[in-house]
Amino acid sequence: MSTSTFSRTPHGGPSRTGPSPAAGSPAPAGRRKRRRRSRPVLNAIAVLAALVWVFPVYWMVNTALVPTSELFTLTPRFVPFPTSFEHFSGVLRDEKFWSALRMSAIVALVVVVLAVLFGFLAAVAVSRFRFRGRGALIMLVILVQMLPAEALFISQFRMLDDWNLLSSVPGLSLLCLGGIVPFTVWLLRGFIDGVPVELEEAAMVDGCSRVGAFFRVTLPLLGPGLVTSSVFAFLHTWNEYNLALIVMTKTDHATLPLWLRSFSSETSATDWGGVMAGSTLIAVPVIALFLSVHSRMGSGLVAGAVKG
Amino acid sequence: MTTDPGLTPAVPAARRRHRRTQLTPYLLVAPVFVAVIVALGYPLVRQIVMSFQEFGLRQQFGQAPEWVGLDNYRTVLSDPAMLRVLLRSIVFCLVCVVLTMVAGTALAVLMTVVSRWARLALQVALLFVWAMPVMVTVTVWQWLFDSRYGVVNWLLSHLGFTGMEGHAWTADPMGLFTVAALIVVWMSVPLVAFMSYAGLSQVPAEVMEAASLDGASAWRRFRSVMLPLALPVIMIVGLLQIVWDLRVFTQIYVLQQNGGSTDDTNLLGTAIYRLGIGQGDYGMASALATVVLILTLLLTWKYISTLVNQQKEAAAR
Repeated sequence: MSTSTFSRTPHGGPSRTGPSPAAGSPAPAGRRKRRRRSRPVLNAIAVLAALVWVFPVYWMVNTALVPTSELFTLTPRFVPFPTSFEHFSGVLRDEKFWSALRMSAIVALVVVVLAVLFGFLAAVAVSRFRFRGRGALIMLVILVQMLPAEALFISQFRMLDDWNLLSSVPGLSLLCLGGIVPFTVWLLRGFIDGVPVELEEAAMVDGCSRVGAFFRVTLPLLGPGLVTSSVFAFLHTWNEYNLALIVMTKTDHATLPLWLRSFSSETSATDWGGVMAGSTLIAVPVIALFLSVHSRMGSGLVAGAVKG
Repeated sequence: MTTDPGLTPAVPAARRRHRRTQLTPYLLVAPVFVAVIVALGYPLVRQIVMSFQEFGLRQQFGQAPEWVGLDNYRTVLSDPAMLRVLLRSIVFCLVCVVLTMVAGTALAVLMTVVSRWARLALQVALLFVWAMPVMVTVTVWQWLFDSRYGVVNWLLSHLGFTGMEGHAWTADPMGLFTVAALIVVWMSVPLVAFMSYAGLSQVPAEVMEAASLDGASAWRRFRSVMLPLALPVIMIVGLLQIVWDLRVFTQIYVLQQNGGSTDDTNLLGTAIYRLGIGQGDYGMASALATVVLILTLLLTWKYISTLVNQQKEAAAR
């Protein structure tokens, strides 16, 4: 099923491509010989770049594990030994963290379920039916990706205000859903296109109805697609800051990013250990999920874009 | 009426069956359509309407909004402060995009030439960065650039820049934009690197081999064969970066909160936010937002039309 692609996706968030390590260009013999001399240098540069890029992530975890007494010294501590979990336990004792976690989890759950359900239905229509307005729908999906969220939030705020949906789960879920569902359609459409219609037709020849064939043949093959699009909908909602800032005006309805913001600015001298522990707790599930989907995506993102 | 009366009953039945099969796709599409219309379409229309109205604090307390035609646009586009914001955003965007594209494609090229283990190390590092939530990223960078205990100031002062000890980065506009640009570049590079790498590694091995047999040097092969073939992908990523960087919000908004004057550091995103949510001047904010929208569409028009044409071709097939 890894043949499914979502080529040329015009999406904002973490659109994935997974060039597997094996996809590297196989070098002709002559080139390989010449290249060998410079290779150690290039390897060293690559490792250096990797370290530079990963350093802030490492620094977050490191700071979260260094005891407070060691943290605010004029020489930074580069390794978290001795290790202390005081920052983590401090965050976990914070009532507001738990309420923000609940809020984020509920909104994410609502958005994931609705986005995947709605997106799946629409993807089936686009992929398996020919109907009038199909082209317009695809164009709509592309256009929506281009719409700058920052250019809309004023009227989105006014709209939710009118409907008394500010600081509510339905309000935030609605806006997040609108933002991610076009991408879900796009992604799932690629996965459904990847399952040959002939498989369904074979089942219909064997006596299945059209719907039955779809559910018995195609749906079981769509597992990876459904998982992937769920993960993206989750990431999109879990990471959302701008919309949450606009919509969740009451502080006791904060989501995790809003909680982190207030947590780091509520005192004049920031408790960086605690803030980094909170950041780590928010980021770890996302990084884990992201790495898990990455291996699933294959290198379909730009498949065919070069060869035409 | 030349129609054979015996045939007429059959026609409505066929049409009915036809209509039923035609209804299914529309029903399947309906939920997505409704969600997008309610969450994005309606606010978009409303925003355009609001941009032609005087819609301030008084209107929030029930007074009917007054139609003012293009006044909001005229005010926004003739306000020197707004023009500075516009200019600043464009410069900031270009700097970020150029840095991101250079670093991203450089890393992509690096991935094609290094050993397998080094490539894997680089890819894992980039994936970690890519997955980080925006808010967490900004917070971590604030800590890196903390004036007193931040590791950046420590490093700089140990490298001999003695003036950097205790330097408050976000206090002046230049420092704030530097930190914001570093954050934007740092978090955008993984996407660019991975997509460019995917583009580069799609160049067929035979083509490279042919160039090699014709005596092209490694640099020549890269410049004249690999790069042109991967260019479409790189261009698309670059265009997306322009669109995204033009409307950076979170980075600036957060950094502004422990820094100096917001007037000197606003970009389009934060300017709209402060006009609308902050000052309650929805009419003006909507006009500015619409300007941003038009700017985005102008920038991406060619890309969108290419995509739409591809879709049409695919549909026709």
